[in-house]
Amino acid sequence: MVSKSQDRDIHEYLAELEDIPGTRVFTAARARKGYWLNQFAMSLMKPENREAWKADERKYLDRWPMTDEQKEAILARDYNRCLDLGGNVYFLAKVFSTDGLSFAEAVSTMTDMSFPEYRDMMMKGGRSAQGNRSIKANLASATAENNKGVN
Amino acid sequence: MARITAGVGSSHVPLLGVAVDQGKTEDEYFGPIFKGYEWTKNWEKEEKPDVIILVYNDHASAFDMKFIPTFAIGCSESYKPADEGWGPRDVPDVEGHPDLAWHIAQSLILDEFDMTIINEMDVDHGLTVPMSMMYGQPEKWPVKVVPLAVNVVTYPVPSGNRCWALGEAIKRAVESFPEDLNVQIWGTGGMSHQLQGPRAGLLNREWDNKFLDLMVGDSDAARYIPHIEYLRETGSEGIEMVMWLIMRGALGKKTKCLHRHYHIPCSNTAIGHIVLEPDN
Repeated sequence: MVSKSQDRDIHEYLAELEDIPGTRVFTAARARKGYWLNQFAMSLMKPENREAWKADERKYLDRWPMTDEQKEAILARDYNRCLDLGGNVYFLAKVFSTDGLSFAEAVSTMTDMSFPEYRDMMMKGGRSAQGNRSIKANLASATAENNKGVN
Repeated sequence: MARITAGVGSSHVPLLGVAVDQGKTEDEYFGPIFKGYEWTKNWEKEEKPDVIILVYNDHASAFDMKFIPTFAIGCSESYKPADEGWGPRDVPDVEGHPDLAWHIAQSLILDEFDMTIINEMDVDHGLTVPMSMMYGQPEKWPVKVVPLAVNVVTYPVPSGNRCWALGEAIKRAVESFPEDLNVQIWGTGGMSHQLQGPRAGLLNREWDNKFLDLMVGDSDAARYIPHIEYLRETGSEGIEMVMWLIMRGALGKKTKCLHRHYHIPCSNTAIGHIVLEPDN
């Protein structure tokens, strides 16, 4: 149930968003950190910018006040790292679209699967929510399992 | 008087636009998806709505990080398809209905919703893919559109309850527009999907179908689903389903289901759609 606004604690709300395994929710903190990374990616919506980017990626990146870490992550196409540094997938999509990658292929690079393995998983009904809902719940059940072994 | 005659909930997967544009709608992969829309395509031909209030989210196309409106309404004469990084889709421009849009904007603001008014923008796959699913590839779209964009990207996104209430306010706004118009409201996007991180590829058939169940009848339980439940159960981008609640809220207390379809997978997502009629 939704709680009345006077009962809601914003810190609890934000903490819960960090409790999902393998997921970086695009919170204000990430949006702030990734502002220029996302604005750079957005610039690739213009054909002339795509050309300049393709001609010299490093030079094009140096036009933007991004951190060195962000630039390295983009050059390496390390999308998980980009997410950690405040990137959002809808913005990063401009980069992988410019590379000629489909959404599915680009997304698969963030998982521990190859693209054919990822595609196969999707054909079989996708990744299950089972065991993927909560970091805390997973830790608690792992601890319970371990304790069982001890007793 | 204008009236809302029906609501449509539909996913808006970009790959479906590619399938339409490249003539792949009947192949083995896409066939079952497009078959599910056949009923709706035929029904739309009969219904001939004058205007669609099309609730969707912009995927970093018209809006970058400079401005992040929670609720925005398009009041323009027309909208061009956006270049999303691979050139604009070859689909007709979308014709707006500025008089109705401005009327709705005024009514919503007086109803205490802080709407952002948009006079110029391009529209991305979030809006054009559902149009293609319902109308195929016409020379000109047979309907006018009032785009209503919702921020479901940067947190916090609006609550389900707020979305439902916005739908209720849209119903009041439409019903106070003097012209005799057949208006539909579409809620687009959604069903389970996660496009990012090591958990990418999450699909949840059971939860999605429970959500579709909640669209039908007189229950308003869906408006109280918290963000965290969408995120845990349906993936990070499954949050788009809050946009269906604007559509559902605009149909009044009770709805009747005319058509329902669900399929897994389409690219990274589950795809679902539902056609509802107010039953009050």
